[in-house]
Amino acid sequence: MLYIKCPYCGLRAQKEFSYGGDATVKRPNINEEVPSEDWDNFVYMRKSPRGKHIELWQHIAGCRQWIKVQRDTATHEIFQTAKVTEEIR
Amino acid sequence: MSQPFRLNKEGLINRDKKISFTFNGKKLFGYEGDTIASALIANGIHLVGRSFKYHRPRGFFGAGVEEPNAKLQVEFNGHSEPNVNATEMELVEGLSATSQNCWPSVNFDVGAINNFLKMFFPAGFYYKTFMWPKSFWYKIYEPFIRKAAGLGVASIEKDKERYEHKFEYCDLLVTGSGPSGLASAYAAAKNGAKVILAEDKPRFGGTLLTDDVSIDNLSGKDWAEKIITELKSMPNVTVKNRSQVFGYYDHNMLVMFERVSDHLEKKSKFTPRQRLWYIRAKETILSTGSIERPIVFGNNDTPGIFLSAAAKEYMKVYGVLVGKKPLIFTNNDSAYETALEFKKNNVEPIILDTREEHSSELIDEAKSKGIDIRFSHGVIVANGYKKVKSAKIGKLNKDKNSFEKIETVDCDCICVSGFWTPSVHLASQSGNKLKYEEKIDAFIPDKKKQHETSVGAANGSFTLEESLKHGFENGSNLSAKITETKTEISIPNVNEKKYGAHDKFWCMPLPKNENPKRFVDFQNDVSVSDIEIALSEGYRSIEHVKRYTTLGMATDQGRTSNLNGLQLVSNIENKIVPEVGHTTFRPPFTPITIGTIVGREVGMEYMPTRKTPMHEWHEKNNAVFVDAGAWKRPRYYKLGSETLFEASKREAKNVRENVGICDVTTLGKIDIKGPDAAEFLNRVYTNAWMKLPVGKARYGLMLREDGIVMDDGTTTRISENHYHMTTTTAQAANVLSHLEYYLQIVWPELNVNVVSTTEQWAGAAIAGPKSRDMLSKLYPDLDVSNEALPFMGYKEAEFFGVPSRIFRISFSGELAYEINVKSDHGMFMWEKMMEVGKDFGNQPYGTEALSTLRIEMGHVAGPELDGRTIPSDVSLNGLVSKKKDFIGKNSLGREAFNVESRQKIVGLIPIDRKSSIPEGSHIVQDQNAKLPNPKLGHVSSSCWSVENNNPFSLAIMKDGKNMIGKKFFAVSPLKNKSIEVEVISSHYVDPEGKRVRS
Ligand SMILES: [Zn+2]
Repeated sequence: MLYIKCPYCGLRAQKEFSYGGDATVKRPNINEEVPSEDWDNFVYMRKSPRGKHIELWQHIAGCRQWIKVQRDTATHEIFQTAKVTEEIR
Repeated sequence: MSQPFRLNKEGLINRDKKISFTFNGKKLFGYEGDTIASALIANGIHLVGRSFKYHRPRGFFGAGVEEPNAKLQVEFNGHSEPNVNATEMELVEGLSATSQNCWPSVNFDVGAINNFLKMFFPAGFYYKTFMWPKSFWYKIYEPFIRKAAGLGVASIEKDKERYEHKFEYCDLLVTGSGPSGLASAYAAAKNGAKVILAEDKPRFGGTLLTDDVSIDNLSGKDWAEKIITELKSMPNVTVKNRSQVFGYYDHNMLVMFERVSDHLEKKSKFTPRQRLWYIRAKETILSTGSIERPIVFGNNDTPGIFLSAAAKEYMKVYGVLVGKKPLIFTNNDSAYETALEFKKNNVEPIILDTREEHSSELIDEAKSKGIDIRFSHGVIVANGYKKVKSAKIGKLNKDKNSFEKIETVDCDCICVSGFWTPSVHLASQSGNKLKYEEKIDAFIPDKKKQHETSVGAANGSFTLEESLKHGFENGSNLSAKITETKTEISIPNVNEKKYGAHDKFWCMPLPKNENPKRFVDFQNDVSVSDIEIALSEGYRSIEHVKRYTTLGMATDQGRTSNLNGLQLVSNIENKIVPEVGHTTFRPPFTPITIGTIVGREVGMEYMPTRKTPMHEWHEKNNAVFVDAGAWKRPRYYKLGSETLFEASKREAKNVRENVGICDVTTLGKIDIKGPDAAEFLNRVYTNAWMKLPVGKARYGLMLREDGIVMDDGTTTRISENHYHMTTTTAQAANVLSHLEYYLQIVWPELNVNVVSTTEQWAGAAIAGPKSRDMLSKLYPDLDVSNEALPFMGYKEAEFFGVPSRIFRISFSGELAYEINVKSDHGMFMWEKMMEVGKDFGNQPYGTEALSTLRIEMGHVAGPELDGRTIPSDVSLNGLVSKKKDFIGKNSLGREAFNVESRQKIVGLIPIDRKSSIPEGSHIVQDQNAKLPNPKLGHVSSSCWSVENNNPFSLAIMKDGKNMIGKKFFAVSPLKNKSIEVEVISSHYVDPEGKRVRS
């Protein structure tokens, strides 16, 4: 079971979190014309990297904040966590 | 009642307390502190089971966790448990143990014929023999394998015991209380660290209990006791015996299995049987010790053959002799300690040492005591079927592959030692890639991946001095980093015997024309020839050899067999062991009970139960409940002997004719506040929200970004910047996370807050033509006319003195209202409604009637919004704005969503107007067509239309809008039904929606 440092609450067990996918995906702006290829990339295309990956998790059984987690998908090592408004590297 | 193999004084058992038990029906006794194994051996019983494949007689081989053979079916405290390790299970009064895997009895086992049909059971036997013909599998092969194979019998009774889970955090977890573990725990405790020390066995001390050593002038056992006593007195230390750390998971999470009460005669009903500990440790000391490995020889599985350290442990801990005429067969010095222990107890052993004549401290001591030592000797084959009677021994030539002399000697036990294998399971599980240590012919931990440090024998250090030093240093250094305190501890003086070098000898050769079975893996019956066959058939990877031969795959995880198997493969392949590599160590290290894994999460405690504030009323009024997620909802209220069908029909009809009330508390409710709330809703929902006035509700549809409908519900504008959103019961949690995602990540610039208020409000729907009349009686001072409170209107008013919210919304399609009051007032509201409603023919209705009402109105719900439908599929495209952007809008333009023949919701009625159509039925053109019969759609919801008094269903059908009026078949192979149906509009009742506005 992973041990995840919520930037608001501190180190908490994985049980308190819910996984939310790739954090590097950016939604196209609302009310703007989006080329359909960009839209398809946003909705469907995800890399599935082996190694470092920046992910979204939500602290559902805690502060309910969405957070960023930089994790190694092969070893589960967590290098860094951050608020969603902060950049990881 | 004599115990022929019990020593008079030796051992740590309590001789004042006799314990009676039975084995295969025979009444026996042992002492408190015995294991089942030690008590049986004391009684001279060695034959305890039959082997897995060949049904060969098997006895005890080890004295603890390493035991591969002695797995028993054990009955105690009212339950029956299979595969209990007899060398670990402590004796309790009244325990009854029986042999497994034998029929009709352990002494006469029909399956032993397999032993004489060996040629049928080589490596890969199952793969080869049972492949063909295919039709034989179910009827002949599988039943045969099941009968012949298998270990014990799992109980089919409900487990009445209590099991618990515990979460714990510590600075340092020490796994094993041998010398290095004790030293580590002690040093860390002195530095003020929070320490957990876990010992698998009942007694602390590990090898200190059996080795002839002294520390600071105390015997090993006394020193261990002194340290444990001190540790127990420290508030920062938790000391646990009977506790096996069996798994090392990510981020230094270790899982421990504690046997809390199986050894107790009496316990309170709240005492758990076993406890699972989830321990998050900052640092972990792996002081798991090592396990002796055997030397492979002919018929080495005969009862009476033991690991030499086990024989010593039986004498020193249990005061039991494994035999009175022992042969000690060794390639190293440690077995000499066993020989000396026999000698001390007036038993004359013969030592067969594969090494050439030489001298060492222990050899010299054995010689001086007059023990018969034969160098360059080994056991070729053990004689005796159910018990060792004699052994053919040989003097090895210099090449160690042929014999100078062969003779037979009498013996009643053989104690074998092939040197020591560090227990690296936990280190390996932590991600540590092991390395091969030539000096000890075994794998030890290499570079760390997590916060683990192996010390003592687990790290390949086999001397006491080194183990203690290593333990004190690591315990002190690791904890000092955490506590920033360092207490100096002087490392004690140690007195121990020096061992000479061991012999790299692991398998006895066979003389020409002799071909006895030589087992490598006892528990899975894997012999030397099986491994040879696997290699000759081309298996190379050790993982493949493992699976093909089943080497090391049994519950003992190959503790005594892995390295010998690797040696064999590397010898045949002409490789060195590290090139062959090792197989993967997986948790659990020892088998654990299912009960422990499950813990308290059984029955009512399986998941939380959510009850509405009106739950008790429903219970008292014969509600039959249905699970809606964790919620309990009334499905129907049973009157007399009514069936579900009858009751739901009555309840639904009453709503259509009079008025009914329904508990809708479970609907998800989200409070939305902030100056940008309208803009936010406008982006979240597909329809327009900017112009909704205060005091009005609106139905909304939300999509996922891929255009699929996510949820629907009404949202009401309570005040300028305050909205009340409702979601379906099932999607409440997902919708909240969804909203939070957009507010926190995508549009943080919007000034909006959302919070769940599902549990804060109790809700009741009042539905039916008489609902306005009833409402006016509930709110005598309020104008509830159609003009003052129109469809989709909202009002706040006092409900008999308590604040309430009135929404004029409808799920049933009738004139209807929903009243919300604070949860605390829920029951008050409900009872008041039942009282006032009497005059109007009010009846409560459950979810089944609710479904009937919404289905015949063509209102979609979960079965239609199934994660595959877009708004137009469910005829909700009228809610999709063309003017504004919203979540998922861009996806709705996708080609496949816009083809002419796109699926669409339709209604179905059976041609005979009688046959109910099973939900999940497939719609086909021709019910007799050849399979696969093309599927045109599926039935999503079915009901008995109370309005038209015949069955009616909703279906999602390809090209649905052009199918109206056509006839098809709804087939359900599951229910074995095929019903001819006609396609009609999905709005079966009141298609213009007049009633809700009336
Ligand atoms: Zn948090």
